[in-house]
Amino acid sequence: MKILITGINGAHARMVALRLRARGDEILGIDRRPWPDAPEGVHVFQTDVRKRPAADVFRQHRPDVVIHMATITHFTASAEERLRINLHGTRLVFEYCHEFGVKQAVFVGRHTIYGAAPDAPLYRTEEEPPLAVSTFPELADLVAADLFAAAALWRWPGLKTAVLRMVYMLGPTHRGTLASFLAGPRVPTILGFDPLYHFMHDEDGVEAIVRAVDHQLNGIYNVAGPPPVPLSTLARGTGRQPIPIPEPLFKYSAGRFGLPYLPPGAVAHIKHPIVVDATAFRRATNFEHKHDAHAVMVSFRES
Amino acid sequence: MGPFRLETITSRDVRDRLERLELPFNQYGMDPFGISKKHLGVFYSMLEVFYKTYFRVKCFGIDNVPERGGAMLVGNHSGGLPVDGGMVLASLFFARELPRHATGMVEKFAGNWPFVSEWFSRVGQLPGLPEHALRLLQDGRLLMVFPEGARGTGKLFKDRYRLVQFGTGFMRIALQTGAPIVPFAFIGGEEALPTVYHAKTLAKLVGAPYWPVPPYLVPFPLPLGCEIHYGKPMHFPGTGREPDEVIEGYVEQVKSVVELLVLRGCALHRQRADGTFAQEPKDSPSDDLADAPSTSEPTDSEP
Repeated sequence: MKILITGINGAHARMVALRLRARGDEILGIDRRPWPDAPEGVHVFQTDVRKRPAADVFRQHRPDVVIHMATITHFTASAEERLRINLHGTRLVFEYCHEFGVKQAVFVGRHTIYGAAPDAPLYRTEEEPPLAVSTFPELADLVAADLFAAAALWRWPGLKTAVLRMVYMLGPTHRGTLASFLAGPRVPTILGFDPLYHFMHDEDGVEAIVRAVDHQLNGIYNVAGPPPVPLSTLARGTGRQPIPIPEPLFKYSAGRFGLPYLPPGAVAHIKHPIVVDATAFRRATNFEHKHDAHAVMVSFRES
Repeated sequence: MGPFRLETITSRDVRDRLERLELPFNQYGMDPFGISKKHLGVFYSMLEVFYKTYFRVKCFGIDNVPERGGAMLVGNHSGGLPVDGGMVLASLFFARELPRHATGMVEKFAGNWPFVSEWFSRVGQLPGLPEHALRLLQDGRLLMVFPEGARGTGKLFKDRYRLVQFGTGFMRIALQTGAPIVPFAFIGGEEALPTVYHAKTLAKLVGAPYWPVPPYLVPFPLPLGCEIHYGKPMHFPGTGREPDEVIEGYVEQVKSVVELLVLRGCALHRQRADGTFAQEPKDSPSDDLADAPSTSEPTDSEP
């Protein structure tokens, strides 16, 4: 099978590429960054998904499946850049999928779009609205990208579309939103709050994406691994020290004293949980995580 | 001196009972809903003092609560603070050999209070959302519901033991899940914390629906005897999609059973206050009380 992965130079995207390559699939990749030592059978096209050469990759190589992982989650990029890549990039990738006869598109999204709020249900199902658009406005571009990808389900019924809302991926790669949050020796928490955090091992996340392809999923699915643990447990389990900060002082501490920089909207996500119900995905793909929460934290700490 | 450990303030009886509690704790002592065994230990040790010594709670008909499987406990609010909820939880934990843990449906404002929010979630008291109720019952858990809501705890002393309007949402969920409804009456809370006035400005300041002011000004309950009366489980036919009139009819039936239990409980409570408190009479299923009776002997708590 010919599989195109956008954003192939991300740590998790590379893992997906290697995994699919190892079992004999032909892998194409699009990324602005080079992958100089890409293994044989992985062809990387160094371009932006929004540029004409990206359309040429679709036109000339006619991939069967597209795994769209070219989204930015870190906040060091400007809001405009995030919007350009996350929303406009997603729009173009899906339009190319439709135009050039792709059979299945897999959008790798995030569970954070559900947003954190004191009165939100603990376990979110796929029908829940994306509250992040108001609770964490800086995530609006990812919310929009997720909804845009999901719109392909009714716009182009011939194109199988899997929208995966994945919990945080954590593990030896040290890449991803949660890994950045846990990068330093100290982890900021809000005094008097200790929300549940939902995460899965890097390898389990990769396995889930591969299963979405294998089962030709068509629909919106939450993807999760082991049950969630409190933020304090996560911090200690990864060898970090939780630093409880009174909420009014939080904005003054972000990015200082060795604490990570976080946009103002992130406060809700450190106060309240975002936990998803991934039953539908497990049913559809027989997916079982291999690493429990303890194993995930240890693998992050010790690598 | 080593770090402070919560476990050190957990009583031996509570520790033994926690071991018998049928909750799926993982290696961190957490269940999938975020309930922490460690926090439960402290919580029940604290409730134990109030249950056995401070309020000297007598519990009748505990065997009406199923030992396993989902069920909904539905009762009256009694007193200006949710002392009633705490004592109901304690009765389920202490009054029987096989302890059970119930999840209360908490007012949403508590989710924004530091420490309160954290502790409520660690001891399994979740915001009162239909999604939570459904999920917990489907998972075979016990649910504690006060359909009077904040209107019930906000009652003034002059209106004591007069039930206010019941919400109807609980009935649809009971029908949808097929869970039995176990009615109960809580007696004594109204005398323990009589509300004579609502401090509206103070309530607004802390984001609560009301702030109870007793004649002695400090909103803390007095050490007066309390009783809990559980009635026989009630089953209703249906799917939860019935028209409002049907649901309201069912709710009225539950409300009238709770009212009967309250009336009966109040009579016994007066005897207790007079010093003429006998052992609870055997069930006297006269026609009008056929569905209502609490049961047999008190199961605790006074030495």
